[in-house]
Amino acid sequence: MSEKRFPLVPVIYTALLMLPVYWLVTMAFKTNGEIAGRLTLFPEAPTLRHLKLIFTEKAWWMGYVHALIYVCMNVVISVGVALPAAYAFSRYAFPGKRPLFFGFLVFRMMAPVILLVPFVQIFSDLDLYDTHIAVALAHCFFNVPIAVWILEGFISSVPREIDESARIDGHSLWSFFRRILIPQIGPGIAVTAFFCFMFSWVEFLLANALTAVAAKPISGIMTRAGGVLAGDFGLLAAASVVGFIPGVICIVLVRKHLVRGFSMGRVA
Amino acid sequence: MRRNSGESFVLLASACLVMLACGVIPLGFVFFYSVHDTFAGNDFLFVGGQWFWQVFNAPEFQWALLRSLLFSVLVLLVQIPLGLWVALRLPKSGILASVLVVAMAVPLLTPALVVGYLWKVLALPEAGLLTNAAAIIGLGLDMNSKLVTWTVLLLMDAWHWTSLVVLLAYAGLKAIPDDYYRAARIDGAKPWAVFRYIQLPKLKLVLGIAVLLRFMDSFMIYTEAYVVTRGGPGVSTTFLSHELVQTATIQFDLGEGSAMAVIYFAVVVCVSVLFYRQVSLGEVQS
Repeated sequence: MSEKRFPLVPVIYTALLMLPVYWLVTMAFKTNGEIAGRLTLFPEAPTLRHLKLIFTEKAWWMGYVHALIYVCMNVVISVGVALPAAYAFSRYAFPGKRPLFFGFLVFRMMAPVILLVPFVQIFSDLDLYDTHIAVALAHCFFNVPIAVWILEGFISSVPREIDESARIDGHSLWSFFRRILIPQIGPGIAVTAFFCFMFSWVEFLLANALTAVAAKPISGIMTRAGGVLAGDFGLLAAASVVGFIPGVICIVLVRKHLVRGFSMGRVA
Repeated sequence: MRRNSGESFVLLASACLVMLACGVIPLGFVFFYSVHDTFAGNDFLFVGGQWFWQVFNAPEFQWALLRSLLFSVLVLLVQIPLGLWVALRLPKSGILASVLVVAMAVPLLTPALVVGYLWKVLALPEAGLLTNAAAIIGLGLDMNSKLVTWTVLLLMDAWHWTSLVVLLAYAGLKAIPDDYYRAARIDGAKPWAVFRYIQLPKLKLVLGIAVLLRFMDSFMIYTEAYVVTRGGPGVSTTFLSHELVQTATIQFDLGEGSAMAVIYFAVVVCVSVLFYRQVSLGEVQS
């Protein structure tokens, strides 16, 4: 049917999405005078000043490092604790199963702003304010549920007979996980890690509020040093462009399983 | 389905522990603050529902709640049909489809602050891309106009998140077996009938997830909108989360801010209950 036709609508849609991105990339190479002056589609006098500053000033490039550290910590914690839980939700009957699953989901739906004040309070009291682990733990409240949700979908699509035969072969639960289940749902784990990465990477409010200097992510540095609200346009554009890179790398890495991942592993 | 409560308890323990520490306990703090008054930050006095009463009667809160609801409804009205339309036209396989899918996912991985910054510069007077595009079709992009700022915010959110709907719907469409289409062709079904009686029913689950995620995330929009408009002009784009941050961290009214957070939480629970049947465990559907 429609499959032979050229997909005009998706192509136009994607082009419109890419247009602002393209424009941002050109801005990173423009001088501030050109940016504020008039609209140009190519940099008239291309400059590497902004990008050079970001990669040479420690305050700037460390912002990306800090963000990557807490994001990776969060991915490890979220996927690590979610995997056994997702298996339990998929394979076991236990009292309070549905309310518990629902409870997890509610936290995914919750705005970070609701927990802002207690998080600042708790992490300050624990002397964890301005550390990477504080942000990584704070991001768990929305990432653990999403990880459980996606992994449960992927595990449920693995036939139960595999569990049974592993049991008969004498695998312990641990060895079953390591030798059989994890290789089976490898794409599911990659996609889950991708989602946790994504939600932690884009979050700003908590990451900024829980850090001061030692763990300040790039977004926090952008608001402070450059001043997003009025400031050095070219520098901020360059910082934004570099901020795209980890996301693009992740998308390319999981591209084959992206679509299934977006349906929370539920459409097999 | 295995029944071994001991084993399932062990499997669930670590996740529950993390959620307890990073979710339930902080939420408990919010509930505690919402019914207490505090002096100098360490003496707490029980005040019952006083803060809730105050919050409910504050016109700022009522308007912010209405604005947030209106924003979410508009977001859904734009993004769900648009996302569905794009997904329906996307080829099921092929290089072009893969390239488009990867490109579409890029906005989803853009940090919230960068999204805000991008749309702020797009709407710059004189040099902004959006300003110039609007000028071509004869429109002035005056960021002092409420209508314009709302439109820009809706466009921004559509840019950022419509792809989520596209990819969800696309995943659902790919899961429909070809036999369904073949049977429809034999019956001589029109494209509309195929959509109405085959595709739409099969997409119920993924569209449910899409509506739920999009509602919740747009209802809690903070960073992007704040960067673009700072809540203005006037207070016309001050949403619930802005009101909450303003009250809790800038005015430092812990009780009032927490009461707001509890009300926010109640909305989240209500909407989640409504959708729970749609998005619950995999085994329920099969």
